[in-house]
Amino acid sequence: MRYDLQIIASWIEPGSRVLDLGCGHGDLLNFLKEEKQVSGTGIENSEELAAFCIERGLQVLQGDINEEILDYQDNWFDYVILSQTLQQVYRPDWLLNELLRIGGRVIVSFPNFSHWSIRIQLLLKGYAPKNPQLPFDWYNTPNIRVITIKDFRRFIRKIGCRLEKEVAIDTSSHDLQGKIISFLPNLRATYGIFLVSRTD
Amino acid sequence: MSEYTKHDTSGNSVGLVEKKFVTLADSPNEIVLDSGTRLGPITLAYETLGQLNSDRSNAILITHALSGDSHMAGYYTQEDSKPGWWEIMIGPGKAIDTDQYFVICSNVLGGCMGSTGPSSINPATGRQFGLDFPLITIGDMVKAQKLLLDHLGINQLLSVIGGSIGGMQVLEWSVRYPEMVASAIPLATTTRHSALAIAFNEIGRQAIMADPNWAGGHYYQGKFPDTGLAVARMVGHVTYLSDEAMRIKFGRRLQNKKDLSFNFDGDFQIESYLRYQGNKFVRRFDANSFLYISKAGDYFDLGSKFGDDSDVLALASATARFLVVSFTSDWLYPTYQSKALVKAMKKNGLDVSFCEIKADCGHDAFLLPNPRLSSLVGKFLERIYRERSGRHAL
Repeated sequence: MRYDLQIIASWIEPGSRVLDLGCGHGDLLNFLKEEKQVSGTGIENSEELAAFCIERGLQVLQGDINEEILDYQDNWFDYVILSQTLQQVYRPDWLLNELLRIGGRVIVSFPNFSHWSIRIQLLLKGYAPKNPQLPFDWYNTPNIRVITIKDFRRFIRKIGCRLEKEVAIDTSSHDLQGKIISFLPNLRATYGIFLVSRTD
Repeated sequence: MSEYTKHDTSGNSVGLVEKKFVTLADSPNEIVLDSGTRLGPITLAYETLGQLNSDRSNAILITHALSGDSHMAGYYTQEDSKPGWWEIMIGPGKAIDTDQYFVICSNVLGGCMGSTGPSSINPATGRQFGLDFPLITIGDMVKAQKLLLDHLGINQLLSVIGGSIGGMQVLEWSVRYPEMVASAIPLATTTRHSALAIAFNEIGRQAIMADPNWAGGHYYQGKFPDTGLAVARMVGHVTYLSDEAMRIKFGRRLQNKKDLSFNFDGDFQIESYLRYQGNKFVRRFDANSFLYISKAGDYFDLGSKFGDDSDVLALASATARFLVVSFTSDWLYPTYQSKALVKAMKKNGLDVSFCEIKADCGHDAFLLPNPRLSSLVGKFLERIYRERSGRHAL
């Protein structure tokens, strides 16, 4: 399982109710179901990936996360997970507020755009930067949001939700392994992972 | 639904099967229809495949669509040219695995393939019912299926599976007898027909009733309204296909000729195809049953019947795990209807999975070979069976 998902999984309490938005192949949901007896739901836009998940025994809905989340009752989930998807969302502020409505806790992970490799590319080469976490060109990237760890901290203050946990990780050598970055995370981490909750 | 049944190219089949009959709802225990009328005794034609296991936990009910019947898979005789209508889906090692599950399918109440319907003899008159047969609903079909399951000693269904009007029966099952239904797979279906779907059904019914041979429904002693039924079937076939499917399959190609004939004999392949399908249908289907079953489909409205006009309230009693599937080119039961169904299930916190399968063959896609559909249904059933076996083990 991807290293950021391993961290996220470690934050989930056993037996809880989880919604995974953009669940991909369902690795996290499958792990949570098998290892933590979680009651999990996934939402995935791709027919192929949604079918893959259903076929491996997961409860998954094919659909657009912006629409699918509207159908859930307030506080239906214990955790809502948005892993490596925030950078592709059109209205992140609206989305995060909706996620806080349907889940008590929201876990967000995203590629950190202020990693030193990106800064150097932009500074020295002058082209829109690319790296293993953000491998696309400017004209074909689905990643329409440029987010840094510092940006996200400021964002949750503006939204007005509570920051419960924050971890920055470096997975530059391998997707499945990584290490936690405590020193200068905004410069050295490839991903930021945040657990936030509603203040009320 | 169309007739696509072909020999399974894998050569894998459940083999010879037998159509059975049972008579139920004898006086004074007649079935009380949704219209308030009492009907009984009724005969149901049904077929079963596979073996019921010792704790009776592996039974699956298949519900058929408008023109289907109890013959879901296999052959009646070695000489049959065609197997049952869902041969691609049901059999040993297939998605609905007859080595694993006990699979039941009965002809619907109101049908003409062995179950009591308008072409059956009315005990009161000694002649066919015709239009004296009471109007039946999807709920009445389901009540009859329940009687059959009682008769077979089955009080738990691992799953109820069906497409189109069969999918409506699946939904009815999940709210009428929720305690019996562990999982449900409604395919290419809806909680209520759109005006478009009712419109096409009504054209079909009018074609039948406008045929002079129809004679107010009492035609069984004379000529049958074949022309009307054939036209009804032609309309149906158009709605089961899609613009894309018809463009690919027929385009504007001419049938056995190089130039237009400048008369009305039929020039285009699509005309020839529809005439062929219409004529083939009248040999096996009763016109009055078409009226009754299509009307039952039009009357079906899950929310209005069970939920004060709300699908969300209607599904509040459901406890099954659901797999909902729609097809991109289905314009008779479009994806937005399946999405509305899924939404109502989500609002009830139900365990539901949903997939919209890309297919260019229209509504009929659920009857055609489709690896993704087979795989989804097969693996979903495995999950339900596994979870339930696990629960029993505890």
